[in-house]
Amino acid sequence: MSAQDKVLEVKGLTKFYPVRLSFSESLRRKTTQVVHAVDGVDFDVKRGEIFGLAGESGSGKTTVLRAVLMLIRPSSGQIIYEGTDLAKLKGKDLKKFRTKLQIVFQDPYESINPRMNVYEVVSEGLFINHIARTEQEAEEMVKQALKDVQLTPPEEFLFRYPHELSGGQRQRVAVARALVLNPDLILADEPVSMLDVSVRAEVLNVLLAVRQERKISVVFVTHDLALSKDICDRLAIMYLGVIMEMGPAVELVAKPYHPYTQALIAAVPVPDPSGEKVKVLAKGEIPTNVSPPSGCRFHTRCYLAKEICKERIPPLDEASPGHWVACHFWREASEKYLKGEVKAVEDTTLV
Amino acid sequence: MMRLEVLEVSDLRMHYKVEHGLVKAVDGIDFKLEEGEILGIVGESGCGKSSLALTLMKLLPYNGKIVSGRITVGGADLTGMKDATVRRDIRWKKIAFVPQGAMNALNPVYKVGDQIAEVIRFHKGASKKAALNTAKSLLELVGVDPARAKYYPHEFSGGMKQRAMIAMSLALTPSVLVADEPTTALDVIVQAGIVNLLLSLRKEFRMSIILISHDLALVAQMSDTVAIMYAGKFVEYGKSLSVYGHPLHPYTIGLLKAFANIKGPREKLTSIPGAPPDLLEPPAGCRFNPRCPYAKEICKEKEPSLQETLLGQLVACHFWKEIRDQRNREN
Repeated sequence: MSAQDKVLEVKGLTKFYPVRLSFSESLRRKTTQVVHAVDGVDFDVKRGEIFGLAGESGSGKTTVLRAVLMLIRPSSGQIIYEGTDLAKLKGKDLKKFRTKLQIVFQDPYESINPRMNVYEVVSEGLFINHIARTEQEAEEMVKQALKDVQLTPPEEFLFRYPHELSGGQRQRVAVARALVLNPDLILADEPVSMLDVSVRAEVLNVLLAVRQERKISVVFVTHDLALSKDICDRLAIMYLGVIMEMGPAVELVAKPYHPYTQALIAAVPVPDPSGEKVKVLAKGEIPTNVSPPSGCRFHTRCYLAKEICKERIPPLDEASPGHWVACHFWREASEKYLKGEVKAVEDTTLV
Repeated sequence: MMRLEVLEVSDLRMHYKVEHGLVKAVDGIDFKLEEGEILGIVGESGCGKSSLALTLMKLLPYNGKIVSGRITVGGADLTGMKDATVRRDIRWKKIAFVPQGAMNALNPVYKVGDQIAEVIRFHKGASKKAALNTAKSLLELVGVDPARAKYYPHEFSGGMKQRAMIAMSLALTPSVLVADEPTTALDVIVQAGIVNLLLSLRKEFRMSIILISHDLALVAQMSDTVAIMYAGKFVEYGKSLSVYGHPLHPYTIGLLKAFANIKGPREKLTSIPGAPPDLLEPPAGCRFNPRCPYAKEICKEKEPSLQETLLGQLVACHFWKEIRDQRNREN
C-alpha cells in the first residue's frame, strides 16, 4: 500500500482529561487524577474506504473522532492528512484543512439550526470558506449536494425548514452540508442511532454511494456491530481508550481473535427467533478509565487472563494479513471461539 | 395442559386530546397473554407502543382517555376501575411496569435499598428492617450484590440501576411485567445480561412479560409471540417463529430487510420509503399504504382488518395471500 492511498494517518493519539478536584480535595492537596479517554491509538484510513470505530460507551471512539477533526486538541500524537500533521497547526493554517474533513453528528434533531432552511444550512459553509461568491453559485452547489443525498427534486427541499423534514431527511441534509464542501473524509458519529430502523438505510446508502462515486472516505463511529459488518470495509474495536482489534469488517465479525470482540459479538441479538441466543462472555462491567487496569485493559473481565496479562500491555500486532489484534493469547482465543468452547459467564452478579 | 390467561385486552382504544384534534395512539388492540408468555411489541417511534404500555398500567396523562375496550386482569376489568382501586389492588401487585429510561427514575438522594424497601413497607406494611431484607434479596435475585443496597444511585452503573428497577418492580410479586425498552441506552454486553435475567425470571416465577421495543433482534431473542405495531394498530401478530420466519405484512417484511443481522452475510440494507404517519391525521384506508410497495386503490379506501392465516398468524393486509403465494413461488 503506497502512502498516497491513505487519506488519514493517526499515530500514537492520546487524549487525557484531568479530573477536577473539589475544593476540599484541593485543600488536602490531593493529586489530580487523569481520565485516559484515548491512550495511544494508531490507524489509517484509505481513500474511498469506510472505516468503522466500534466500542461501548466510554471506549473513546467519539474522542478519537473529535481529535481527528481537531475539535479537541490531542494530548499527544499525530494526525496526518496529506503529509501535514494537523495536531501541530493552529488558527488560519488549520482552517485551510477544515473543509477537507467534515463531520456528521449523531442527532439530526439537535445538529441543525431549526431557524434556518435547508438552503441556508447547506450553503453556510460555502460562504464561510469563500467557496461560493454569489447566491446563484451557492444555490447550484447546494442543489447538487441535495441530489447527491437523494433529496430530489432539490428545488422542493431548498426552502423547507428542519421541522418539515423526517429524521432520515434531516440526517441527509447534514450529510449534504458536509458534502457540499467537497471533503476527502467524512467523520460520522453514530449517524443513524437516533433514526427509526425503517429509514436508517436511506442515510447509510447515501454514505455508501458517495464513497463509491466520489471516493470520499468515511470514518463511521458506531456501537452497532451488526450494522458495521454491513457498512464498513474495515473495523476497529476500542476498549477503554485503546484499539483491541482491527481488520476487515466481515472477517472480524465472523472470526474475532480478541476475547473482548468475541464477548461483544456474542452479546448482539440476532433477528431470528430460531437463531443463536445471546451469551455473556465477559465478567462484570467496564472499569473506569480514570485508573484503567494494568497490562491488558481487558484482563479483569477476560476468560483467558493469565499473570502476564496483568503485567504486560499486549501490542497491536498483525496476526493475519490486515487483521490486527492486541492480545497475548489470541491464537488460543480464536481457536476456542471457532470451536464454540468459550463458555458463558455463570455468575453474572454485579458488585 | 390448561393454559392460564393472565391478561386479556380487547378492542382497546386510547386517544390523546390535543389542541388540533385527537391523537389515536392506541386504536383497537386485542391480545391475550398467557402465564409465562413473553409478548414482544415492536414498532417505530410514534407508533403507540409506549402509549399502549401506559394504558395497560392506567398511568395516562390528563389528556389521555380510554375511549373503548377492556383490560382484564385476574377477572377484573381495569378500564372502569377507580384510580384508587387500581393503585391499591392492581398496579405493582398484578401488573408491574418498568418504564422507558427507568434507570433514571431512581431518586438520587435515597439509598437504592431504601427505595426498594419503601415500596414493600407502603404496600405490605412490613417493618423497616424486614422490608430492607426483602429489598436485599430482591437485589440478589436480579444479580446485584445485596451489599449494594446501602449505596446511592450515582454509585451504580447503568446496568445495575436497570436491574434495581426490575427488582423494585418485582417487590409485590406481580404476574405480569410490562417492560418498555428495558435495554436502550445500555451497552450490548450489559443488555445481554438483562435479557438473560428477564428470561430466568420468566422461567423461575412463570411470570408473563410484555416487552416493548424498537429492536427486532432483541424481541426475536426473548419473545414467544410478537406483535408488529404501526400507527396505533397491530398489523401482524403471531408466534415469533412464524412472524419472523414468514412475515406477511409488507411493513414487517420491510422492517426485517432494514435490520442488520450480525450472523448473516454482508447485505445491502433497504429502507422503507417515507416516514411513519402523523397520528393526528393518519392516512385513509390502510395506514401503511403511502409507504407500501404493494399498495393498490383498495388500500387507500378500505382499512384491512386482522385476518387469521392457516398457521394462526394474524395479518392486516388486503394482499397477504398474494404476498404469501409470491414467496412460495420464489422458494
